[in-house]
Parts: sequence; C-alpha cells; structure tokens
Amino acid sequence: MKTTFLLSDIIRADADAFGGKAIALFRLHEAGFRVPATVCISTEAYKLFASANGLQEKIQLELHRKKFSDLRWEEIWDSALRIRSLFLRSRMPESLARDISKNAEKNFRNSAVVVRSSAPEEDAAETSFAGLHESFVNIRGVEPILEHVKLVWASLWSDRALLYRQELGLDIGKSAMAVILQELVSGDVSGVTFSLNPTDVEEGVVEAVYGLNQGLVDGAVEPDRWLLHRKKHTIKEHIAPKREKCMLPEEDGVILKDLPADKVNRAPLGPDEVSTIYGEAKRLEEFFGKPQDVEWTKTGSDFFILQARPVTARQDGAADDKRGWYLSLHRSHENLRKLRVKIEQVHFPAMISEAEELAGTDLQLLPDAELAGEITARKAIKEKWTGIYWEDFIPFAHGMRLFGRFYNDTLSPADPFEFVELLSQAPLMSVKRNAALRNIAVYVQQRTDLQQYLAAEAYEEIADAEFNRLMDDFISQYGDPFCSTYGDKACDDSRRSLARVIMQMAGSSNVGTERQNNAGTHKENLETQFFEKFKKGANRDQAEDLLDLARASYRLRDDDNILLAKIEEQFVIALQEGRIRLKQRGIAAADLLSDDEVMRCLTAREFRPGARRRMEQAPEQENRQIKARQLLGQPAGPGIGRGRARVIHSTSDLAFFIKGEILVCDAVDPNMTFVVPLAAGVVERRGGMLIHGAIIAREYGIACVTGVPDAASLIHTGDEVTVDGYLGIVTVGHQRGTNSRHDVEK
Amino acid sequence: MQDTGQLKKEIAMLLASQKLAVLSTQSAEGYAYASLIAFAAGDDLQTIVLATPRATRKFANIRNNPRVSLLIDDRSNQDTDFHDAKAVTVMGMASEVAVDAGRNSLAALYLEKHPYLDDFLRSPTTAFIQVSVLRYYLVSRFQEVMELHIRDENDLSVI
Repeated sequence: MKTTFLLSDIIRADADAFGGKAIALFRLHEAGFRVPATVCISTEAYKLFASANGLQEKIQLELHRKKFSDLRWEEIWDSALRIRSLFLRSRMPESLARDISKNAEKNFRNSAVVVRSSAPEEDAAETSFAGLHESFVNIRGVEPILEHVKLVWASLWSDRALLYRQELGLDIGKSAMAVILQELVSGDVSGVTFSLNPTDVEEGVVEAVYGLNQGLVDGAVEPDRWLLHRKKHTIKEHIAPKREKCMLPEEDGVILKDLPADKVNRAPLGPDEVSTIYGEAKRLEEFFGKPQDVEWTKTGSDFFILQARPVTARQDGAADDKRGWYLSLHRSHENLRKLRVKIEQVHFPAMISEAEELAGTDLQLLPDAELAGEITARKAIKEKWTGIYWEDFIPFAHGMRLFGRFYNDTLSPADPFEFVELLSQAPLMSVKRNAALRNIAVYVQQRTDLQQYLAAEAYEEIADAEFNRLMDDFISQYGDPFCSTYGDKACDDSRRSLARVIMQMAGSSNVGTERQNNAGTHKENLETQFFEKFKKGANRDQAEDLLDLARASYRLRDDDNILLAKIEEQFVIALQEGRIRLKQRGIAAADLLSDDEVMRCLTAREFRPGARRRMEQAPEQENRQIKARQLLGQPAGPGIGRGRARVIHSTSDLAFFIKGEILVCDAVDPNMTFVVPLAAGVVERRGGMLIHGAIIAREYGIACVTGVPDAASLIHTGDEVTVDGYLGIVTVGHQRGTNSRHDVEK
Repeated sequence: MQDTGQLKKEIAMLLASQKLAVLSTQSAEGYAYASLIAFAAGDDLQTIVLATPRATRKFANIRNNPRVSLLIDDRSNQDTDFHDAKAVTVMGMASEVAVDAGRNSLAALYLEKHPYLDDFLRSPTTAFIQVSVLRYYLVSRFQEVMELHIRDENDLSVI
C-alpha cells in the first residue's frame, strides 16, 4: 500500500489521510507559493505500524489503569513516556519502512530534514492546539528519519495531547497521525507571522529571530516583535528583546549558540522586510479565507513558508483549568540551566541563612506583642518561600524529565524509567538525614540504660550527654521532622516521637549497615553505555550537561523540601511559644486556636477567642462490608515487599512505625522519608514515577507503588499487604501459606 | 470505587448483563470442576439461583461439598477485554430448594431471566439450587480487585 506521497502526488485535500499541516502545504504548493521540498506520510502508515505491533491495546492498558480524571499531570507524563517507549521499541513493518526510505532517499539524499507532525485532529477544528505534538529539526539519513517518524507518531499520545484529549477528540481506537518530512532550510532569519493579532483585531504581528525557527517556537530565544496596522501594513511598534542566542543546526540536531556581536545590536529584519513578510501572511489569509499563523524562514532573499494554520484565540480555559500551568512546566534546557543557578546560588543560601537567623532569636525574651509580630513575620517568610517553591522549585523538576526523554531516545531501554538510576549521584539530603538518625540508633543500641529510658519514654531524665548532643546536632542540622510541615505536634512532644523512631532503628539487628540500593556498578555501566553514544564534541558536551542538570534536578527537588521544612519549623516554634504563653494565661484551648487567633490573643489581652469543642478525630467509619483485595497503581520502585500496613494520616502516626511495616499514605512528604528505611514497602495515593516517595524508595531498593486511588482509606493499619513494585499491584489481606513476617527481596 | 453502594451497583449490573456463569464445584476426590450454567441473581445480591439435572456431576459435587464458586464476566473475546472486561467471582453455599417452596419468588427470579427454561425448571429430574452468597470479588481494569462481603463465613444459618 502506498503510504508516502510527494505534494504533487496528492490528488485531493484529504485531511484525514494527511493531516491539517500537510494539506495546508499541499494547497500552498498548488497555488504556487514557495514551500520547501516535502514528503507526506499518511495516517495509513501509522495504522499499519500500530496494528503490526499491537499498540492500540497496549495504549489502552496503559491509559486505563485508573479513571483518566484521577490521573495527575505527572502520571500522564509518565504514561506518555511509557507509550513513547513502546513506539521506540516497536519495529516498523518492512514494506512500510521500504516505502518511506525509498521516498526519503530519492527526495532528500543526504540533506537534512525536519520531521513534523500533521495530526488530522490538530488543525481540523476551529480550535487549533499548536505545539501539542512534536517536530524534530535537522534529521539526516534514512535510519534516523524512520526513528523520528516513530517519535512523531508517539507524540499523538504526548502528555500535552492527553491533557487536551477531549478537545482533540482523541480516540485510542481511531486516532492516527500523519507525518511530514520537509527539507531543512537553514535560514539566516526565521519567524512567525500572525496576519491577525489574536489579542487585537486591528493588528498583525511579525516575530523574528536569527537562525532557525526552533528557538522561537521552543521559547529558548526571545524574538524581535513588530505590531503592524492590519490594513496599511505599516509598523506601529517594534519591541526589541535583549538579543543573546540563536538556534542553529549542528551535527544531528540543533544547538543554542551565542549571537555574534554584530547581530546582538541589529534587529533580524529591517522595517521594509517586516512589511513585505507581513504582506505574505496577508496573501495567505486571502488565499485560505481565514487569518493565518505562518511559520517562515529566509536565506538571503529567498523566502520559504514552512507551515501555515488558522489563527485561533488563545485557549485559556476556565479558571480552574490548570492545564496551562502544567504545560508551562515543560522547560527548555536553557531555561532550566538558568533556574538551577537561581536555585543553587540565590534561593538555597537565602533559605539557609534565613532559617539560621530565625533560629538565633530567643523567643522567650520577646514581650507578647513582639512575639505576635515575630509570628506574623515568620508566617510571611514561610509563605514567601512556599510561593517560590511553586514558581521555581517545582518547575525545576522538569530537568529529570528532559533527560529521561533524551536518554530513552538515545538508548530505547526496556525499562523507560531506567534513567532514574543514573540520577542519584550525590546523596540526597534526606538520605544523609536518615544516615544521621541511624548513627544515633547505633549509639543507642550499645547502651542498655539509654534504651530503658527511651522505652519508658522518660525522655527528660536522660542524662547521657553524648546522646543529647547527637539529638541536638541532628535537629539543628536537619530540623525536627515531626515539627514542621504539619505543625500538628508540639515541638517538645515531637522529640519523643523522634526518639521512638530511633528505638525502632536501634531494635534492628543490622542497624549498622546501610541498607541502600547496591546498584553502584550497574549505574556505572549505564553511564558508560549512555556516553558511548556520544563520542563527538558538541553532542557529548550537551549529553554531559543534560545529565548534570538532571542530577541537580533530582537532588534539589528533595533538598528544597528539607530546607522549606526548616523555615516552616521556625514558624511552628514561634507559634508554639505563643500557645504556651496563652495557656499560662489560662486559655486552656490555646492548642486549638488558629494562627491568627493566637496572634490576636497575644496583642490584645482582652480578646477572648470563642469557646470551641475539641475536634476529636472521629473514629474512622470502618466499612467492613467492602474491602480492597487488589489495587492498581504505577510500578514506581522495583521489588516485592510484604508486611503489615501502617497507614499515615498525620505526621504523628509516623512515631508508631514499626520496622518491616508497609508505609501507606496519601503522599510521601519529603519530611516523612526518614521512616522509609524501616519500611518493607511503600504505597501512596499520589501518582508518579519521579515523586519523592518513589525516589527515596528507589534509593533504598524498597518496593514502591504510587498512584493508588484512595490508598489511605482502602487499606487499614494492620492489614497484611503485598507490594509488587514490578507490576504496580498492591494486594491486601492474608495470604495462606506465606510467611506473615515481612520479607523483602530485590 | 470506595463507596459500597457503587460497588454493589456495579456488581448488580454485571450480573444482570449476563445469562451464563461458570460454576465451580469440587468432587469427592478433591478435584475442581467447572461448568457453564444459567443463573439469576436477587436484587439484594444475597442469593444466586441455578438449576441442574440431578444426574449431573456438578449436582453430585454440590451434594458432596456445598461450598461453590461462580464466575460471571462480560468479556467479548476481543483485545479490548484486557482493559474493558469485568469479572465477578462469587463465593457461596449451595443448597437445593423446592421450586414451589415459599412464595416461589426464587423460581420467579429464575424464570424472569430465562422464561424458555420453564419446562426444564419444573421437570422432576431438575434440582433447583440456591447459592447463599458469602462474598463477591469484582475484577476490573485488568487487575483491580474489590471485595464485597455479604455474609460472615461463620454464619451457620446459610448451611
């Protein structure tokens, strides 16, 4: 069957077969507009490939693990990565590969091409969702072209496309993707023109950058921007950015280069050129009968249209539509590099010194009113950092994802999450913290008298100076994990909780040996394999750079939480001091007051908060009739673990964690991870392969399943649980013939 | 899925959508024995009714050991079954009841679903079986299993 066509071979504008982008190019070509040499691969090719490899059903299984509406974006991203990996590892039927190769060879020989998506859904409707699917620039040679065709096909199921699946009408049974191979025109200047400014109907817009358009489209290069009168084609305004970089073809990809000095100060287009280029877009608007969004490039005086599609209003969606924010988490390498510098050199030092400074204030010396002021100030500091956390820290996690895709594209490993093993290099702060706790446990293990005090919870009576010093050091370095994020515990009480955890650790026979994933040599092998693919200069540098970035992303996403918790701890301590004073003043319910009420009571002596009932936690309505027997989640940490469940509803539950239990919770907060080394397995409601619970479980080689809906309410403390970290299955209930004691195998 | 009502509804819908179940019984020698059989289920999910000629192996097995299991599923023998199909495994205690016993509501239940089996049901050689359900296991999404308890295993009243 013929699957590959030249524009001149196409008989009719069939968008179902060729996709919107290809059909627009076909019509332009027919009308005599200049477009680069183009080969279209029809949706039939996708269907042949998918059915030969059973992909439809594999995609169904991947996307039906749970209700789509229950999936977080992180899980959608993970699913998209697995699907991408399915495409990469599937073979193209021979006749299909021959058809594409033959046409690619005939039309492009050794010149570079752009492999573009051309989805039938994407441009068909009035709503077009630009950039949901992928394009690859500067691909050369038959084999690489075939590989990238597969990647474009896979992008039909990209996380972005899945987020907008309803608008796109994405249907696993029916949807298919067409592909365009387009000769790469390495323009001196490239850009995008909107014949109609989506935000102002009187205007048109021309945007231009030096080099390839990729820089502009990816957001890596800030363009020069001109606003024009729609009727007169004259320039209303020129907005010049700080010109720094340009995207150029390099070896088998693209690279971001510093702009030479002469271009930094010169706009990529002169005013006349801007008007001429705008005129082209208006011609296209006339031709298609609708305002157009045109991608173009020019080399010397030659002007090429790369693609054209109807201008559409921005899809902002409802106020609670968080999809735009999720999409904004896709960051370019360059953006992440800048973010890293900001986090490492500005945010972290500031957080550390701010926490230290706060810890230096002797709260007991402050009069009530000043204490209230201190609480307010600390709350503001806490909120400031929480804001930065969302703005900078969370997006930086994308460094891992960027590397993961790159790694999979390079090696197409059987396990699409193999790359995670490469990420842990320098110990995470929480792993260091756990090691410090273990040291205290080793000390306790050697001293029976100390154990007796601890077992009797006679914490205040402990006179062992060395023990007290170890505890103080631990808390000043890492903060008290029971006294921060949740703030549901008095900080003095929480020391007792910490002591309980230490006793659990000390009770273990192998406390002295670090129980950590011994994947050291395996990791080295993976690294060697990865770098073997990059012998050459620039690509090698880029690969090294990306791995380094990903490692920073992995590390910082753990460390940031520990640092944030230290800041939060200072707020809780101040609030605590306030409550103590109120209690001394006879306000018995001081522990139940909100932050604001505590502050008001401190500033205005006459203020009496309303009486309140103690909010007893209602005993969980045990529903004995319904029981989860087997639950599905994501296999986030390979291994199998069996033991009794310990369901964590609040930080204080952690104090009762017994070695060998299965940690079951809504979300593993990084501040909770100190009990993970005690656990035989980890189960969490929040889903994802790259979230803290999964990362820490992998570090210790503990079985972990994430993304189990209602995990913390369907599983009860004491239930016998088996965690299958290979398949992502959690089995609840006794199993006859198996040892009820925990055992963990790797 | 956490909601009991919803789980019950899902099971009831699956039971209503199917005419046949796979019945597993156990022989005196201890072998498991599976057979296809027409069934009907009560709205309250407490009871499932079956009918079988007395001469059958399954009937002999039930006489030997009333602890039975049934499988009811909505597979369509397509690839899509792997994510689409649901199956419910029933565990219960089987006992013979007279077709004309009581207000005859169990027989009515059976005949409402299988009107063409009227003669079969009323044949003197047919045994009408009531299965008192102990629990259901609903399997969906390939691997997800939820358990619904109807009776305590130690509830002797069902024997």
